[in-house]
Amino acid sequence: MYDFEFVKVGSLAEAVAALKAEGAQALGGGQTLIPTLKQRLAQPAKLVSLTGIAELVGVSASDGVLSVGGATTHAQVAREATAYPALAELASHIGDPAVRNRGTIGGSLANDDPAADYPAGVLGSGATVVTNAREIAADDFFRGLFETALEEGEIITAVRFPIPQKASYQRFAQPASRFALTGVFVAQYADGVRVAVTGASENGVFRWSDAEAALSSSFAPEAVDGLSVSPDGLIGDLHGTPEYRAHLVKVLTRRAVAAAG
Amino acid sequence: MPSVSMTVNGRQVSGEVEGRTLLVEFLRGPLGLTGTHVGCDTSQCGACVVHVNGQDVKSCTMLALEADGAEVRTIEGMANPDGSLGVVQQAFQDNHGLQCGYCTPGMVMTAAALLEKNPDPSEAEIRAYLEGNLCRCTGYHNIVKSIQAAAAALR
Amino acid sequence: MAKDSGIGAASKRREDVRFLSGSGKYTDDINLAGQAYACFLRSSVAHGRINAIDTAAATAMPGVVAILTAKDFEGAGGLPCGWCVTGKDGPMKEPKHPILAEGKVRHVGDPIAMVIADTKEQAQAAADAISVDIEELPAVIDMKAAIAGGPLVHEDIGTNLCYDWNFGSDKAETDAAFETAHHVTRLELTNNRLVPNAMEPRVAIGAYDRSTGEHTLYTTSQNPHVIRLLMGAFVLQIPEHKLRVVAPDVGGGFGSKIFHYAEEAACTLAAKLVNRPVKWTAERSESFVTDAHGRDHVSTIELALDAEGHFLALRTDTLANMGAYLSTFAPSVPTYLHGTLMAGNYATPLINVNVRAVFTNTVPVDAYRGAGRPEATFQLERVIDMAAREMGIDPVEIRRRNFIKPDQFPYQTPVALAYDTGNYHATMDKLVEIADIAGFAARKAESAARGKLRGLGIACYIEACGIAPSAVAGALGARAGLYESATVRVNATGSVTVLTGSHSHGQGHETTFPQVVAEMLGIDEGQVEVVHGDTGRIPFGMGTYGSRSIAVGGAALVRATEKIINKARKIAAHLMEAAEGDVEFANGTFSVKGTDKSVGWGDVCLTAYVPHNFPHETLEPGLEETAFYDPANFTFPAGAYAAEVEVDPDTGQVTLCSFAAADDFGNIINPMIVDGQVHGGIGQGVGQALLEHAVYDANGQLLSGSYMDYAMPRADDVPFYAVDHSCQTPCTHNPLGVKGCGEAGAIGTPPTIVNAVIDALADRGVKHIDMPLTPARVWAAMQG
Repeated sequence: MYDFEFVKVGSLAEAVAALKAEGAQALGGGQTLIPTLKQRLAQPAKLVSLTGIAELVGVSASDGVLSVGGATTHAQVAREATAYPALAELASHIGDPAVRNRGTIGGSLANDDPAADYPAGVLGSGATVVTNAREIAADDFFRGLFETALEEGEIITAVRFPIPQKASYQRFAQPASRFALTGVFVAQYADGVRVAVTGASENGVFRWSDAEAALSSSFAPEAVDGLSVSPDGLIGDLHGTPEYRAHLVKVLTRRAVAAAG
Repeated sequence: MPSVSMTVNGRQVSGEVEGRTLLVEFLRGPLGLTGTHVGCDTSQCGACVVHVNGQDVKSCTMLALEADGAEVRTIEGMANPDGSLGVVQQAFQDNHGLQCGYCTPGMVMTAAALLEKNPDPSEAEIRAYLEGNLCRCTGYHNIVKSIQAAAAALR
Repeated sequence: MAKDSGIGAASKRREDVRFLSGSGKYTDDINLAGQAYACFLRSSVAHGRINAIDTAAATAMPGVVAILTAKDFEGAGGLPCGWCVTGKDGPMKEPKHPILAEGKVRHVGDPIAMVIADTKEQAQAAADAISVDIEELPAVIDMKAAIAGGPLVHEDIGTNLCYDWNFGSDKAETDAAFETAHHVTRLELTNNRLVPNAMEPRVAIGAYDRSTGEHTLYTTSQNPHVIRLLMGAFVLQIPEHKLRVVAPDVGGGFGSKIFHYAEEAACTLAAKLVNRPVKWTAERSESFVTDAHGRDHVSTIELALDAEGHFLALRTDTLANMGAYLSTFAPSVPTYLHGTLMAGNYATPLINVNVRAVFTNTVPVDAYRGAGRPEATFQLERVIDMAAREMGIDPVEIRRRNFIKPDQFPYQTPVALAYDTGNYHATMDKLVEIADIAGFAARKAESAARGKLRGLGIACYIEACGIAPSAVAGALGARAGLYESATVRVNATGSVTVLTGSHSHGQGHETTFPQVVAEMLGIDEGQVEVVHGDTGRIPFGMGTYGSRSIAVGGAALVRATEKIINKARKIAAHLMEAAEGDVEFANGTFSVKGTDKSVGWGDVCLTAYVPHNFPHETLEPGLEETAFYDPANFTFPAGAYAAEVEVDPDTGQVTLCSFAAADDFGNIINPMIVDGQVHGGIGQGVGQALLEHAVYDANGQLLSGSYMDYAMPRADDVPFYAVDHSCQTPCTHNPLGVKGCGEAGAIGTPPTIVNAVIDALADRGVKHIDMPLTPARVWAAMQG
């Protein structure tokens, strides 16, 4: 690991100021960033730890919206997001217990790993990513592999999830990393159904619009039977071909609809 | 160099570290607490699990400076005050829950964390909670038995 | 009733106390005063010519003590290979394996330069700053391509074929049996390449004492004496009395820590060159490209049967990957540990085995838990299962029909081994019981009701433990003896220190060896302490691998203890003024036959060291004996395994529902530890069958080079296992009647699980899937 300066800040304002420095980077729970640093794939001059900012931590629900602070750990979401059980369930399967005790929602979203779970939950819920500067709709936030709409130095302060009528996240684990080989988040809202797929595409999380249309008219597992997912642009690696992932998208969507009841 | 201080196994400690110094490096190096092990570089094996402020974390994936001011507990702090093995440790010996011993500190710390949260875990819950701890010797059979026995002893 | 101490007791492990309290002493826990840290610059390409190495800038970096390249090791020999296989065309090709790359790199991870600096970080930074001009050459990864005119890994030997070895029955006679057979089953299969992955990465610390000229190497080794011999005699030319090798607590080996590695020699020599201790600790990603890999065979096996399903003949043809260099015992694995096992548990009259060992631009391949025996068992048990299915014979029945019968022992196989004892029908009967095979149909129906495909798999295995005797091994090309030593040192107060050449890295010798000695001497186990892992303290030893510790090391211990008893009897006779022949020893007491005279163990021991009135012409003071034991034969544990799996037809996911193992290990010293060994072997077998695979791309990059892509078995991948070792046919030629149990699970499990998955998918026309049976592969197979 290359050396860097470590700064722990107590407020959002301090964080924003600290991140203005050349080569500064925000550090959430570090569960992705620290392994990346160990491989010497990144060389920040300064890491600004956000986990000490009380205002960024917490889970609350009101008016049909679940709000999660940007520095809230996966473990806390799994425990406290009772108003949105599908999201709590999603959080309860990220990484492993020790990783969930450190990893944060903001860190996960800012990193935007194509096999991460949270992007499916955020996109599948049509959530709003709140930063120190603005609010970004989920549909505008994810920009492809490890790429988001965040500007340099911009900090995710919270994510606001509209709570759906029904929802479920179904993931199929890559056997080694246990990241999602493919994961599908299905959420039914009064104005329609959203289906978000992670792990499968070379461009990161995406919405399966054919399934959304079919499920919006009939929210039943069979509704997707006639659909198919094109393997074009899906990931092919040691753990599965594009065709296998395309198949899993459909299987998991069906299961998510069934589990959402 | 920045300095860091924390409470480790009830003892106040401090030292100078670099920004990049990992918690596990601080424990194993300056503090000489070599019971915490490193078995991988991708945060998967769990040999390095310790408790920070009561939570089980991977000390290879946490900077020492992130633990500034924290209460840290390692395998060296799991024995009874008289030095005899604590309940979870004893259950591992009684049930042959270890062979080479390398993953064992992480297994014990993870098991202890599980049992604090869930005093009566099912077999499936135990296996699921061990997702981040690899053992190459035991086939996990006796590790799961050990944790079941520890749970029973603690109840 | 179960015993509570001595042989056969489930004594708790005393070593656990230090492991559980964090006070184990592993190599990386050792820090020597003034130590510097080594980092190896390794090749990032699989094959290339080194045109130039520029270390000037790196040498000037902060903290750098020295940077060494091949020219700094010019006086040293290459890393030796300990077994020379002779094939059809003469002795194997044996290219040099330099400590650091000389002119060429031959696999990703091949070390080019060694950087020594004050800190690990400085060493790493300097390694990054070394400029290496490498001309990349086409790499050869696929074995078939390698022997079909692919690029040469070693130009100087002019071929990628290490040897072409044929073994067993006469080839023409075997072929003739196939011509007239009622049925022939043929199967092509691969035995997937694995990375051993002991949880403790390798570590080496070299130290040099200028005042005595003594080198010390602390290393993560399963056999410190073997390392001392190989490194001292062949690589660095350091005589034994000036070289101490210490392998303290070692965090698992599974074969991968048998071998002599470049880093050991480099750190030993560097410590003298820089006049400071030099420490190297592997990162896990480094382990993936430097620890010897395991398996990696591609085989075609054919089985000829008569109309009743009796085996008439068997022939196999295997390509075995050696990787880029010959690791310490690599050539022996596909030959004498694989070809010799092809008879399995069966009375097949004709068996012919052919093996071609091949060099490729990959990490060297050597023994990994089971070593050759899993590859043999996998081929055999897969082809038998396929034959049974083709002929409509029950898989249990076809095996029973062909088992060597209990009254046929000792049994000479057509592939050299002579089995001393066994009862394969008994272990199969036990398996049928503990696996509740009768209840399978109902469980299958229940799974089907949940939409899952359930399968039952059966496999048997035979193992050959404790390679022996030395004379035979030597005749077959071994360059070492395969005996073991033990010293029993009785202290003046009657406690005992055992010095063993076996090495414990999880096996529990500190507990089981005292059980043997305590039983023989009639003293408390707690009175016996085991010392191992230090050439400075142990006379000699061959270490621990091949399930040899109790069968060979334990036997040596028995012999040394017998010598102790004989000597103590002399002392007792002297004390009681009786004839030696009249002195009996039982339960720790010496007594004179037919009298009430007796003397206790403690008095005898004290007298041995306080010999105030010894007749010194006939009785020496002291009570310490050493024995070397060279076994008469291998031991032959065997067993029958069953697995039940569920396949999810939607995703191809295989769930292992249950696993049962009925083993015959002969006599048992500690049933708790034996169970644990079997569990661990099964766990690794599950890994091979369902999860693990070292995959190279066509350019020789290791795609599964970390736990992100190399799937290790986790707790939720496996169920509890039902294990039984109540069937016991004691070994006839070692004093404990023991056979060894360390590798059984890893040998028998992979075919058991694959047979179960194929059983689950049989209705869908799936006949074979190569391991690992990942969801993606199983799903693809179901698509036809």
